[in-house]
Amino acid sequence: MNNKVYNNRAWLLVLPMLVLVAFSAIIPLMTVVNYSVQDVLGPNASFFTGTEWFRTMLNDSALQAAFGRQILFSLIILTIQIPLGIGIALLMPKKGWQASAVLILITLPLLIPWNVVGSIWQIFTRGDIGLMGWGLRELGINYNITRNAGDAWATIILMDVWHWTPLVAMLCYSGLRSIPEAYYQAARIDRASKWAVFRYIQLPKLTNVLVIAVLLRFMHSFMIYAEPFVLTGGGPGSSTTFLSQSLATMAIGQQDLGPSAAFSIIYFLVILLVSWVFYTTIMHLQKDKNSQGGA
Amino acid sequence: MTYQLENTQQGEKYNTIFSKVPAAERRKRNSRSRLRKRVLLGIYIVLLMLPLYWLLNMSLQTNSEILGSMTLWPQNLTFDNYIGIFTNPSWYMGYVNSIMYVVMNMIITMLVALPAAYAFSRYKFIGDKHLFFWLLTNLMAPPAVFLLPYFQLYYSVGLFDTHIAVAMAHCLFNIPLAIWILEGFMSSVPKEIDETAYIDGYSFPKFFVKIFIPMISSGIGVVLFFLFMFSWVELLLARTLTATDAQPIGMIMTRTSTASGIDWGTLAAAGMLTIVPGILVVYFVRNHIAKGFALGRT
Repeated sequence: MNNKVYNNRAWLLVLPMLVLVAFSAIIPLMTVVNYSVQDVLGPNASFFTGTEWFRTMLNDSALQAAFGRQILFSLIILTIQIPLGIGIALLMPKKGWQASAVLILITLPLLIPWNVVGSIWQIFTRGDIGLMGWGLRELGINYNITRNAGDAWATIILMDVWHWTPLVAMLCYSGLRSIPEAYYQAARIDRASKWAVFRYIQLPKLTNVLVIAVLLRFMHSFMIYAEPFVLTGGGPGSSTTFLSQSLATMAIGQQDLGPSAAFSIIYFLVILLVSWVFYTTIMHLQKDKNSQGGA
Repeated sequence: MTYQLENTQQGEKYNTIFSKVPAAERRKRNSRSRLRKRVLLGIYIVLLMLPLYWLLNMSLQTNSEILGSMTLWPQNLTFDNYIGIFTNPSWYMGYVNSIMYVVMNMIITMLVALPAAYAFSRYKFIGDKHLFFWLLTNLMAPPAVFLLPYFQLYYSVGLFDTHIAVAMAHCLFNIPLAIWILEGFMSSVPKEIDETAYIDGYSFPKFFVKIFIPMISSGIGVVLFFLFMFSWVELLLARTLTATDAQPIGMIMTRTSTASGIDWGTLAAAGMLTIVPGILVVYFVRNHIAKGFALGRT
């Protein structure tokens, strides 16, 4: 659709949105930038520090560790959730009451406030009162998320897969529904195998929704806060402390305005960079495909 | 061009002409593969429901039973936990607060996102691409980054601890998402429709409300679901911007943990109730979600 009209009056339509988003995005961001170069001692006592906080933060080993954990976590989450979500979307019934029922059932985990998700899993995995912890103990598996870092990681990944795979599945499901039946008929006439149908019809048609799914999943997994916080408090030790939690502890808990603001900016820039790389690669892939397919 | 052959019969005919596999055998294979699909999906849904079942199970037990022995279902069924929530204003007002700011957020977001998405899908203008990417960056902004500035900003304009403050704060990620999805849906509506409407003498607002919005209604359904979902579950900003009057239910639930231990039953019941409004929303938009997310660019 490249037949857009050039018209600068379109700005009038964008303006209300711009004012609102600027209020909730730009003003706070300016405050953050302001703090990041100052040492705030009190309401009216602060002095300029330049890039000192940035240097401190970049050299902080605890933050580097949190950053490494964060990257690892996001990668694991994406490699599990995206294929699983596609698979589930392919299994879902196409129409009728069953389709509605399945859709409602699988969206349930998405509708629970994030800290409640943490509480649910905290109960669920407890050895004494939780079904999963109890089951594992009955099977003779020694499992303790407050003591063992490996168990805590496994639980957080399982929890995130439980919580977010439905979003991927839902997006893919609606992507699949938009493929015209004629495509499948053509494939049947050609006696295409199931794999070929998936590879050459379904997957290309899913690209658009997958872009949304991958970006949303990446961004949210990078910002994960409430679930691990409630589940393990970042422990044992700091083995499940992710970036957002380090930041919140620093800003709210310790009131270190300067360092936490510098940290915020570094954090924001990293997310921006990674998302930009994601976004442009995917958009390029899409463009190539469109020009090849002549769509 | 989305035409559909009157398919099943036609497809069956092609199959009989072109396939070497006899019809009876093919039907058997089909039904077997369908059965396998159902079983796999069934297993997934059971696993998905287990934690929720456990929550429901706990919400129907007394605390002594929860902490006592391990039971797979409530031995002495009790609704006291739910009754406790519905009779205590400090509890049920949490749901009211949450619903209020979510609805406000949905209204505000839709009002500004619809025209903006229309502009992005129909016009080129100075800086449109940059503006669009900037919008997406807001979707990527981690709420933790904005906690402190938000607190100060809303405090200084006197909006602290009001529903509108949370609704506005959630606009940060909801408006970009709404514009992103709506733009896709709007681009799939042919431009000729706009032009025809103008020739027929429709003014822009009349065209927009009477013709255009109904055409993208399934997109609006999908967007409303997302707006509801993300605003309903977000708590980091909601918690920071509220103290008592507008506190979301997720925060009120933390009260169950007191010096004398955690009130597991009430916690579980409150958790179950947080899902209910979501089920209603999904129920209303389910057909829109299923109808398509074509997003126009295919």
